[in-house]
Amino acid sequence: MDKVLDLGTIDYLTAYEVQKNCVRDVINGDEQALIFCEHPLVLTMGRLASTEHLLLSEDELVKQGVNVHYIDRGGEVTLHTQGQMVVYPILDLNKHKKDLHWYMHQLEEVVIDLLTQFAIVARREKDQTGVWVRAKKLASIGIGVKKWVTYHGVGININTDLNDFQLIRPCGLDVTMTSMATEKNQTIDILRAKTMFIRSFNKVFQTQFKKGQ
Amino acid sequence: MADIILPELGEGVKEATIACWHFSEGDTITTEDDVVELVTDKATFNVPAPANGTLKDIQYKDGELAAIGSVLARIE
Repeated sequence: MDKVLDLGTIDYLTAYEVQKNCVRDVINGDEQALIFCEHPLVLTMGRLASTEHLLLSEDELVKQGVNVHYIDRGGEVTLHTQGQMVVYPILDLNKHKKDLHWYMHQLEEVVIDLLTQFAIVARREKDQTGVWVRAKKLASIGIGVKKWVTYHGVGININTDLNDFQLIRPCGLDVTMTSMATEKNQTIDILRAKTMFIRSFNKVFQTQFKKGQ
Repeated sequence: MADIILPELGEGVKEATIACWHFSEGDTITTEDDVVELVTDKATFNVPAPANGTLKDIQYKDGELAAIGSVLARIE
């Protein structure tokens, strides 16, 4: 049986250690994991990230209490903050499909399905990764893979303070971000969003994750 | 002797960038080790050692682009 871990609000690097341990366990044959968390405001730089997309210097960011971490995922700079639901699927693609694009496409499908359950019409953007609502981006994806076991994942803006995104050019794009709360004009119950995400994830990936394990 | 080959990463993926080598030429590696990390747009991928031995003949430096199927290095 696959397991769900809800880490609550947790420092980025502490959650990264949890991911690494889960990856090691899955490689050794343990159950797959779906890790949910929120991070206090932090910027992470993927392997292809350019500091040009930071709109303040790193020194200035640190002075403002915003840490910048250089990490082993694909993609550009991204931002995590409270109100953003971060999901790290630790999935064994040997049991699904050994295809990076397929996996990211399926992750997008999970988010699109989740948003449909909240009556938000979402879509993909040609030649981009992530999920958009009209011309605004709502979810960002960046992954890592080790022995075909996945880590890192997706950040979905639920009740995110979108002003935080003024610190960066998200994913190196001139894009405006949005959130589910903005789209619905009301605060979203994040626990409900987690339950719905698990449902969408199981539907798309044919998994059997259950909350409360 | 075994070649370390840039593996198939999925439909439509024709090449990948070398993000970093985890080992240097002359290092002893085992099949437990990831030798090199690749990056392709939004994903990183770690290539495990195909055999135990000594890492030789690294063909691509960090930041260089390599096609799927390329020999990245050898293990002797």
